[in-house]
Amino acid sequence: MIQEISTKKATYYEELLGKGYSRRDFMKFCTMITAYMGLQASAVAQVAEALKTTPRVPVIWLHFQECTCCSESFIRSSHPIVADIILDKISLDYTETLMAAAGYQAEEAMAKTMKDYHGEYVLCVEGSVPQGADGVYCMIGGKSSMDILHEAAEGAKAIICWGSCASNGCVQAAKPNPTQATPIHKIIKGKPIIKVPGCPPIGEVMAGVLVHIITFGTIPALDGIGRPKAFYSKRVHDSCYRRPYYDAGMFVETFDDENAKRGYCLYKVGCKGPSTYNACGVMRWNNGVSYPIQSGHGCFGCSEESFWDNGPIYQRQAAAGGFGIEENADKIGLVALGVTAAGIAAHAVATNLRKTKAIDSLIKEGKESEHELKNE
Amino acid sequence: MDTTYSKAHLLRRVFVWELPVRYYHWINALCILALIATGIIIGNPPAIMTSREAYASYWFGTTRFIHFAAAYIFFFNFIFRLYWGFVGNKYARWNQFIPTNAKFFKDMWAILKSDIFMTRGFQVHTIGHNRLAGFIYFLTFIAFGIQCLTGFGLYSAMSDWWLPNLFSWVPALFGGDFMMRLVHHWAMWFFILFVVVHVYLVFYHDYVEGRGEISSMGGGWKFVDEEVFQKNHPSEAKQENKK
Repeated sequence: MIQEISTKKATYYEELLGKGYSRRDFMKFCTMITAYMGLQASAVAQVAEALKTTPRVPVIWLHFQECTCCSESFIRSSHPIVADIILDKISLDYTETLMAAAGYQAEEAMAKTMKDYHGEYVLCVEGSVPQGADGVYCMIGGKSSMDILHEAAEGAKAIICWGSCASNGCVQAAKPNPTQATPIHKIIKGKPIIKVPGCPPIGEVMAGVLVHIITFGTIPALDGIGRPKAFYSKRVHDSCYRRPYYDAGMFVETFDDENAKRGYCLYKVGCKGPSTYNACGVMRWNNGVSYPIQSGHGCFGCSEESFWDNGPIYQRQAAAGGFGIEENADKIGLVALGVTAAGIAAHAVATNLRKTKAIDSLIKEGKESEHELKNE
Repeated sequence: MDTTYSKAHLLRRVFVWELPVRYYHWINALCILALIATGIIIGNPPAIMTSREAYASYWFGTTRFIHFAAAYIFFFNFIFRLYWGFVGNKYARWNQFIPTNAKFFKDMWAILKSDIFMTRGFQVHTIGHNRLAGFIYFLTFIAFGIQCLTGFGLYSAMSDWWLPNLFSWVPALFGGDFMMRLVHHWAMWFFILFVVVHVYLVFYHDYVEGRGEISSMGGGWKFVDEEVFQKNHPSEAKQENKK
């Protein structure tokens, strides 16, 4: 009997009971995560049922060009069960930063998961893949990250791109992108890919995405860019508590002015909230304590593509590529306007020099026509 | 005196711009002015130091409202003009704008030489748009298209209506709102430069050619050399001669 239980694949619920959680803790977790996923209250039972009956979904979590801030964010998500049920168990399969195994054992664990759960496991990727110099910029266990990714993606049920690195390249893909850091969706085709951008993404968002896959066995609804709609359909601007100041046109001009002290809108000091799709304003960070705007700093736009290259951080300006950091489209536009005005002035002068004959002959003609009429 | 007298040109009054074209033009002009003005304010709002309660003021929201409202009018006006390009008179037709043959480019070059570089003293006479102007208007239509795409692309995320939501695929083209907003902003400068050059050239043509260039967009009439008219309207001219 004992042997039978241990060989059977345990469900999430069983794993939790084994860890010493009560059923009450479990239900609290289900309620919380259901709310985070944006589902109605009646779905709590569905989530609880799924976690009780479905065996643990095997997860392989790969780390490439990244800083591990996604993992850090994930293990700080507000409910300890998130880390316990998902991260502890992930470490049984494969994740470079958290698994107990090392070297040969680790590689073997990954190979075993890929073989035993072919077509079933979820592949989580943290970091981008360098394509420059045959991928030599990111090697693990003697293999390039490109090879590892292709190998792991082949048998994956779905791929989750954690963070901006895996979703759109992030800082290492900023110009001039020396290692040719490439996001996952540009390398792997033909697999469901979920992008969870952010630097890092919010821990609860990450948990919500994973629990959705576990609960429903499908990937969550995605938007046109491939991000889960539940978390990325609204701009940071739309849920910003400083939004009334925006509509009232009351802006912080510098970080040390009176308006900053009054907590006005950070639009003019470079807040990227109006262009950034994320759930920060609703979920906030560190167990809902705060988020950048609440701390008096504009949104950085960390979950948007090439946010490093899109102009100055502390100004609301339209960047213009190739004209230097300080230039912006409006300055160039003003110069163009000046040049145009000068051109027009020159043209007007030239008109009076070159076209005098034409104008004079017209005047003459007019007078002659009048003359003709009089004669008639 | 006699020799010049015999050469005197007869001018004919020609109805060039139909009423819908003139309505289109002025609605378009007002919309573009409103869009540029509000767009600049939205991009870089003025500094106001105040300790008023936020609820007492909504000027920035109003500015954005004007921008969006003007954008809708601009959009439908633009759609109407595209339609009119197929049903309007010969001066409003699509082929006045889109080059379909080599002659179009040859004529454009002639106008460049005579009106812009002024390497030749004489004028190229056309009744409706000259070829160069027509082509520039074609470019503005492309700019209209870019502004509609990026503008409604930006707007789609804050609207429930199906029309702006038709554009919800646009952000994905640019990788997100960042780049789309920048393109929307850059393209504004095309409009500013266009307006300046356009207004100048209207005055230029009115001054040099004396054919009622400016007032034609008010009443629709231009004064055209009989010779030029007969070249452009051979059948009409013949009919009238018969009478």
